[in-house]
Amino acid sequence: MLMGSTIPTEVPTMSNLPQGVERRQIDGEERLATRGEPVYGEPIEDEWRAWDPHRSKLGAMIELGLDHGLEGGETVLYLGAASGTTVSHVADFSGPTYAVEFAPRPARDLLSAAESRPRLFPLLKDARKPETYAHVVESDVEVIVQDVATRGQARVALENRQFLAEDGRLLLAVKARSEDVTRDPEDVFADVREELTASSDGYEILETERLDDYHTDHLAIVARPQ
Amino acid sequence: MTTTAGWFAAVASDSDASDDALAATIREGAASESDSWPARAVDAGIVDDENEYYDLLHRATMAATRAAVTERERADDSQLIHAIRAMDDCQRTANELAERVAEWGGTLDPDAGTGIEYARALASDDPDPDETAVTSLAEQVVELEKEAERLGEYIEQTMPTVAPNLSALAGPVLGARLISLAGGLESLAKKPSGTVQVLGAEDALFAHLRGHAPSPKHGIIYMHDGVRRTPMENRGSAARALAGKLSIGARVDHYSGEYRPDLEAELTERLETIRARTGDEYNGGGEGSDAVADADGVDDTDGGADDE
Repeated sequence: MLMGSTIPTEVPTMSNLPQGVERRQIDGEERLATRGEPVYGEPIEDEWRAWDPHRSKLGAMIELGLDHGLEGGETVLYLGAASGTTVSHVADFSGPTYAVEFAPRPARDLLSAAESRPRLFPLLKDARKPETYAHVVESDVEVIVQDVATRGQARVALENRQFLAEDGRLLLAVKARSEDVTRDPEDVFADVREELTASSDGYEILETERLDDYHTDHLAIVARPQ
Repeated sequence: MTTTAGWFAAVASDSDASDDALAATIREGAASESDSWPARAVDAGIVDDENEYYDLLHRATMAATRAAVTERERADDSQLIHAIRAMDDCQRTANELAERVAEWGGTLDPDAGTGIEYARALASDDPDPDETAVTSLAEQVVELEKEAERLGEYIEQTMPTVAPNLSALAGPVLGARLISLAGGLESLAKKPSGTVQVLGAEDALFAHLRGHAPSPKHGIIYMHDGVRRTPMENRGSAARALAGKLSIGARVDHYSGEYRPDLEAELTERLETIRARTGDEYNGGGEGSDAVADADGVDDTDGGADDE
């Protein structure tokens, strides 16, 4: 790796961090961090912004050492960007990053995160209607990150598959409660897995892991187009 | 739509397109499928290279999102608060002046009626030369009444955008009243449901807290059919169930803004259950079906508002 002397001495087990993401000492703790303008009052040291896995599902996936396949510099389509907490970190270590968010209130904060990030493109659009942004988002993006808290999370992933390159990755955080609060999360997850892989223009699931250490009733899914 | 043109097609001929024009292409455009837009923009001679493309795209998406957000915020909760308070002012003033008109009219015409009805009749009549003064006042009453109606229409149009869930659960006007009483959607979203339950019943609540009155079972949410149409003995439960759902609705509206039809269905079901037990002995219950609220992390406060 190229990080040389900046890397902290005790590197924990996982070293599959994308370039541009590091474990750094911040406020006396070793934490995931990316480099960029501060966005939401996160702790910072030497321009490195702490990336809190409790506030970010993608952060949790990386913290837990999932095989996310991120190397840094990818073109990313981020669905469910909300106020830009996670997507600001993604844009720090990625290439062009398209951030789709449906609700105007969080989009106001997303705008200020995008202000200082010239390759972060905020879009106030509905992730369930890709035709309303297909004229903006380029084809063959290398990564889709999805964190939308609506019903039909599998369908959103399937409908946005058209943007993903053949060898691209889907990093999906499924929130069980968004599908049905009364059902057992495991049943919800099984349905989502089933729906994702059901058809030939669906996904092949590479890895799944519960994020409960950081996010209750969430499942992380890493997949690629079938 | 079967267009396969990129967002930049509309500005292709205009290299100095304004932010507004760029924003419009992002906001209004659509395409049946995506394409390698950066390469196509370079091929079309719109930009010299990818870097320039992404710079232009950043400008366009920032402008588009900023415009869309501003547009949606213009119809925000503070506008609603002004509207609902103005509507109440208009109605109260109209009623007050209508009383004056009736009193005055009674001295000129022994058959004078009362209230806004009478003011309306007087205003639509050909004015008697002796009665121009009172007729003119009656016309003002009618105008105020119309203004209140227009404000009501504005609220009905705006509420579903500002607070879709609250609007669906409570109805636009009651929803706006709750926002107004709480002082904003955000403060409503932060109140425990027990507080929402008695919003508008502050006098009764403080009388109770001073220790010489029973706790109020409901405040302004009494206006909701779900409470009003529930028989007395179960009204406290209905108010509690309704307040719980309204709090969830306000929170979803504030923090996510997404419309969730399932909330309405859950409320209807819950209210039916409560009404169905009328006549049965009070079973102390309903805790089981509050599991939905609990699972969402909502504190289901009793608010000290059960009977006795």
